[in-house]
Amino acid sequence: MNKLKALPKPVKLAFWVLLAILAYALPILEPPIISTPGVDFGGVLFVVTMYCLIALGLNIVVGYAGLLDLGYVGFYAVGAYTAAILTSFHANWPLLLSLPFAVAATTIAGLILGAPTLRVRGDYLAIVTLGFGEIIRLVAVNTEWLGDRRGISNIARPPSVMTGEDGGVVVGEAEPGLKGIFEIPHLYWGDGTVLVDTEDTTQFLVFGVLDQIPYYWLGLTVVLLVLLADYLIKNSRVGRAWEATREDEDAAELMGVPTFKFKLLAFATGAFIGGLAGALFASRQSFINPDSFLLLFSILFLAAVVVGGQGNRWGVLVGAFLVAYLPQRFRDFDDFRVLVFGAALVALAILRPEGLFPPRRTVRAKQMEHELEVLETGHDDGEEAARV
Amino acid sequence: MLLEVEGLCVNYGHIEAIRDISFGVPEGTVTTLIGANGAGKTTTLKTVSGLRKVRAGTVRFDGKDITSLAPYERVKLGINQSPEGRRCFVGMTVRENLDMGAFVRKDRKTQAYRDDLDRVLTLFPRLQERINQPAGTLSGGEQQMVAMGRALMSRPRLLLLDEPSMGLAPKLIQQIFSIVTEINEQGTTVLLVEQNAAQALKRSDEAHILETGAIVRSGTGAELAGDEAVKAAYLGGDV
Repeated sequence: MNKLKALPKPVKLAFWVLLAILAYALPILEPPIISTPGVDFGGVLFVVTMYCLIALGLNIVVGYAGLLDLGYVGFYAVGAYTAAILTSFHANWPLLLSLPFAVAATTIAGLILGAPTLRVRGDYLAIVTLGFGEIIRLVAVNTEWLGDRRGISNIARPPSVMTGEDGGVVVGEAEPGLKGIFEIPHLYWGDGTVLVDTEDTTQFLVFGVLDQIPYYWLGLTVVLLVLLADYLIKNSRVGRAWEATREDEDAAELMGVPTFKFKLLAFATGAFIGGLAGALFASRQSFINPDSFLLLFSILFLAAVVVGGQGNRWGVLVGAFLVAYLPQRFRDFDDFRVLVFGAALVALAILRPEGLFPPRRTVRAKQMEHELEVLETGHDDGEEAARV
Repeated sequence: MLLEVEGLCVNYGHIEAIRDISFGVPEGTVTTLIGANGAGKTTTLKTVSGLRKVRAGTVRFDGKDITSLAPYERVKLGINQSPEGRRCFVGMTVRENLDMGAFVRKDRKTQAYRDDLDRVLTLFPRLQERINQPAGTLSGGEQQMVAMGRALMSRPRLLLLDEPSMGLAPKLIQQIFSIVTEINEQGTTVLLVEQNAAQALKRSDEAHILETGAIVRSGTGAELAGDEAVKAAYLGGDV
């Protein structure tokens, strides 16, 4: 990272653009080392982008503001259910119209949950949020209006951009007869040869049933936007207030930071992103039921943030990638993959307790602890004398 | 009076930490609360900054009742505290710490802000040397300077200092106290809490002695420093 920072600005920019292009092209290239045999690679990548989104949102709550949230799946569910209700179950809205409502509903849910609970600190907050996640799921299970156990199907897909029969551009639901404005052929990796496979193509911006790559592109675009917003907010007054609150709540309050309001803001921002991910997920699946929102997911989301290094946006993205991707990549291990995943988590907790990529600050805090220890043991006598 | 505390009572559970304390801090002075451990000095200061709720009594700042205001609202009015044990943001650099001190200011991009930063760095030249170092890597004395400088960056009218000499080497204590005097001469009213009674009394205009949650003696710094009973109890004979 340091070497990267030293590069001149245009080079850096080119590097990021190249990286983004590579990310967009990944499912088309489908290199065998990272491809997922037995599961649709585009689908896996889409799920990865959802985890990335969730990890970025949860990172604001856990990593920036230091609030342990064990019920993040609840926000994900609120977003998904709002989109589902509005586009299929009780109304017939297009997805794009329902998105703002889904996100607003989730943000409000975040405020309602946060307003009473953020007054408690630490462990209590974890318990309360854990309960919240479960309550949301149980409400969905037991409410007929929300489709109870059977769930909700036929959730609207994003609008496709297609070539109509008369050659003009049509925007709307994907239809079997219509093609995209252009086709992108995939690469075919044979034994030692790489071919462009014109038989296997992705219709550009057609959100159909089988080809998941357009959803991945949509997800990736949203991730990039959220990443930009995350960068701006972290370097603003708000970001500094979060950091101060996390480090020392009383001291932050003494500096004039209304800590409660800023914690609530972190909670609402996190909920906003979680709801967005939920709505996109529901749209892609076209079907949701309460089993999509088990407590297990809250834990996996938190694992993504902690594994990657809470507080570091690049770290949590890596964490999200690993948590969403590894189990799919190693499907060959069958049921053992859960065991392997668990073992990997334990190993990580022992070897890198701050996560794979801890933020600069955590590294510095560690250094400081060590240096202070040396200082204190070295100057004990002087300090004692000074106290008299 | 810039600050008036009247009939203050504070409880920790069933234990009375402070019983009916009243005192004032006149504008432009250094006023000191001295007393032994557990006498209620820090608790008193916390009720002034708002970290601690009161059971009874009022706190008035510049004539305005602030008893029920949150700490961050009091900062806006012009009260800032350098808390006990420094409480720097250890992960942030010295500059970021000072910047946090100016959190409530809206003029952070103006010359006035840079002037104040210069003023703090002139008071504490050591901080200039360490400006980009994380506060956690500094020594105790330097962290004390960060905590005081941070509090000053909000341009407080009333600066609350909680045991600035705690855990410091004697030479550094001298230095910190002369800086307190300097800050006061530049126009900031100071309410100081100290265990180092000798130094504190020498530098304060007014002083109050706390014992088990109540004020037992009040007077000018010089008066109390010359008082035989005070000498015996807090100054340990020949200091």
